[in-house]
Amino acid sequence: MVADTRLSTKLWAAANWAVIGFFLLNLLAMIATVVTSSFATRWLGTWFPAGWTTRWYSAAWAEFQLDEVLSVTFQIVFLVVLLSGLIGVPAAYALARREFPGKRLVMLLFLLPLLVPPITFGIPLATVLYRTGLAGSMSGVVLANLVPTVPFVILVMIPFIEQIDTKIEAAARVFGANTFKLFVHVLLPLLMPGILASLLLVLVRTIAMFELTFLTAGPTSQTLVVALYYAVFAAGVRAVQSIDAMAVVYMVTTLIWLVIALRFVNPTQIVGRGGRR
Amino acid sequence: MSAVPDTIPLKQRLAARGVDGLTLLVLPAVLFLLALFVYPFLYGLVLSFNPKNGGALANYIKFFSDSFLYGTIATTLWLALPVTFLTLLFAVPIAFRVRLLQHQRLLTTLLVIPITLGTVLVAQGLLNYLGPQGWFNRTLLTLGLISTPIKLLHNYWGVVISLVITGFPFTFLLTLSYLSGIDPALERAAATLGAGPWQRFKTIMFPLLLPGLAITFCLSFVQAFSVFPSAVLLGAPAGPTRVISIAAYQAAFEEYDYSMASAVAMIMGVVQLGIVVLVLSARGLLYRGPAGGGKG
Amino acid sequence: MTIHAANFHELRLDRLSRDFGTHNALKDVSLTIKKGEFIALLGPSGCGKSTTLNLIAGLLPATGGGIWLDDKRIDPLRPEERGFGMVFQNYALFPHMNVRRNIGFGLKMRGLPKAEIDKRVDEAAALVRLQSQVDKLPGQLSGGQQQRVAIARAIVVEPPLVLMDEPLSNLDAKLRLEMRAEIRRIHNTLGATTIYVTHDQEEALSLADRIVVMRDGEVRQVGVPEDLFSRPDHLDVAEFMGFRNVVAGRVTSVDGGVAQVAVGSASVTGRVRGAVTAGVACHVAIRPEDLNPSSEGGLKATIISTEFRGREFVGFARMQDGTDLSFLAHTKLEPGTSVTLGADPDRVLVFGGGAA
Repeated sequence: MVADTRLSTKLWAAANWAVIGFFLLNLLAMIATVVTSSFATRWLGTWFPAGWTTRWYSAAWAEFQLDEVLSVTFQIVFLVVLLSGLIGVPAAYALARREFPGKRLVMLLFLLPLLVPPITFGIPLATVLYRTGLAGSMSGVVLANLVPTVPFVILVMIPFIEQIDTKIEAAARVFGANTFKLFVHVLLPLLMPGILASLLLVLVRTIAMFELTFLTAGPTSQTLVVALYYAVFAAGVRAVQSIDAMAVVYMVTTLIWLVIALRFVNPTQIVGRGGRR
Repeated sequence: MSAVPDTIPLKQRLAARGVDGLTLLVLPAVLFLLALFVYPFLYGLVLSFNPKNGGALANYIKFFSDSFLYGTIATTLWLALPVTFLTLLFAVPIAFRVRLLQHQRLLTTLLVIPITLGTVLVAQGLLNYLGPQGWFNRTLLTLGLISTPIKLLHNYWGVVISLVITGFPFTFLLTLSYLSGIDPALERAAATLGAGPWQRFKTIMFPLLLPGLAITFCLSFVQAFSVFPSAVLLGAPAGPTRVISIAAYQAAFEEYDYSMASAVAMIMGVVQLGIVVLVLSARGLLYRGPAGGGKG
Repeated sequence: MTIHAANFHELRLDRLSRDFGTHNALKDVSLTIKKGEFIALLGPSGCGKSTTLNLIAGLLPATGGGIWLDDKRIDPLRPEERGFGMVFQNYALFPHMNVRRNIGFGLKMRGLPKAEIDKRVDEAAALVRLQSQVDKLPGQLSGGQQQRVAIARAIVVEPPLVLMDEPLSNLDAKLRLEMRAEIRRIHNTLGATTIYVTHDQEEALSLADRIVVMRDGEVRQVGVPEDLFSRPDHLDVAEFMGFRNVVAGRVTSVDGGVAQVAVGSASVTGRVRGAVTAGVACHVAIRPEDLNPSSEGGLKATIISTEFRGREFVGFARMQDGTDLSFLAHTKLEPGTSVTLGADPDRVLVFGGGAA
């Protein structure tokens, strides 16, 4: 904001850029390693693989039953997105529009699942789900994943709803809209950008959510990221290229949605965990 | 309720306090979290005092008398604290630099990738990239910086690196968003009043950023403290990187001692909460108002 | 390294330019400002007035030309080395410092001893009448009080130059009048040199010794308020100064600074501004308050409406070619009726270069 042309300032700037450049270089090289390896026939002790092939993808597809894993993943993610929207958006609306006794406590209730890391509350949660017999099934995984996503939707939506003028709703009522019509014709169109953004973020976060799914999933309810963990964990049993091919499938799945999400939200919103002042 | 005549109906009285049909929309979410967040937590708390064998405190006594168990706290702190400080130390100056950019979007998008991919994929990538035959060691060897490959996997450093790769972008993006909340006119005002770059940072920008940094620290720390997949895949989960979440996981899913697992989870929660409360109460001493320069 | 000279003679902008990419925000602006003057930079938003101020303050680097304080070139200096005082549009008070520390900030940066700082802060607080508020945080003050703190903070360092960037634009109308008087009083008390940016011509006219009217990154006219108000050099300056009726016509004759202009079938007499010769197309500019229904001939128009304004009526009428006029009348006029509007030739301006 302030023009400055001194040498020390320039050196300091260069140092900063060097750090960020080094970080990005390693990050991209790491991703490139995975991609290269997934297409490699044999890659041992050289800069580049001996040859190129796509057969690891078909191998990984068969070995890890990726069609089933992907279908499970998308069913779970779809349910989580749908349910967190259905539960979260109305709650956000109520919180944005009403002051009531105990509101601060309710806000705290919604903040905690975002502040406490999943592995901490995941273990008692998994215990309860196992006791009730829900764990291991798809519904158990969905329920566990909803714990952080419902509050996430609420905290993203509250400021969004607050900035919509209440006079618009009043006007719609004056012109004769009942609650249902008000919702369908006035609120939903106004809220749509916010809902879309928050649900896309939920989608990206749920695909990548490892801990909660890991703690509650059974053999038939594994998502892609959990399947990948088990594959890496049991490395040595299978060719590393096959695992890398699976990792690439996972990366592509996640990044496609990330790219879509970034059309609607700011990158910083993805890290936002309700850390507002 | 209707025993008192001539009073305003309950519905209206509630409405006057802000409780009406619309407020009830909050109920499903509240009930859901009570059932799946608060209840499991309390259940776990109670369960931790009902051990398989021994008295109510048996689990906690066992934890704090077995160095294989209580040692995990120090191990985890020894990973989480340096990583959190390190990422903050790098994130702050870089956020100051990037804030001046017109087109931050490309950089922030690149940085959001490791967060989105998550720890499992980063672990898988690093296993190859940092290995003795990986590109990282190869480059250092070629440049003549080292003579034998450095061991960065299955030890402390593997976990640290993976925590930095997911933690730095998180810390950086959060810092950047707090920094963008500070009115740039404040820095200009300080400049016109004779403050050089360092003085502007020290007297204006840093004090205003500090409350946000405290929050960033808490969130980054809590994340690093709950490290799990990378500690297993990249670290030495039996020794130097046997973090507390591994102890909890093993109790639950390898020994099927849910009571012990809950006790470990509670201890994990208390340590996290302890550090967070410490930082936030220190933050309470700071200026926390809006970081704007005035009305408008 | 800092300029200590409160006693300089003049600040000179020499063909100062600033590009933002391909957009020229400022084109070759030259201007000389004498010590003790109160100068207003006036113009609509995007005219380059704030850019000029930021260039003088050093908050933006110039892309051409130079800034001179007497014979010292200051545009390579960083803002903190220039030692000017600046009042920002949103005040830019440091929200985490109390009023005392806000005002004392510049003195502290100059490394003055604490006792000296305290003394001068007290004086400055007294000057802006905020002695009782010095221990409060800016957030606890009203808009007007915040404004005073911002002014005190800028002047306490006794800067050779005080720069003000639309300082009143965030205040309500009543407070704005009050602070206007206050700013002028402080300027007179200190004898400082002030450059004041505003888009409000009333503010500029009432405050400034000289006004610089800017448009599209260029200086259009520099003059004392009275001159600008009654003798603007350009049509756009005139419009900005309240000549809201602009009518296209053709000059029929010019005689000693007075021109006859044919507007449709009517004829209007006015004072010539700029180069105007017989036969050229021109524009006639008249203030609404100078245009009245007349029996002696003038612009013919049809009444659209009249509004009651207390002492008189403001009328709106349309000429045959579609030009809208507003004027002052003493009686209410019925919509649809014809009216002839005339003005004192001394109050009518004729600008060359019309499109008629």
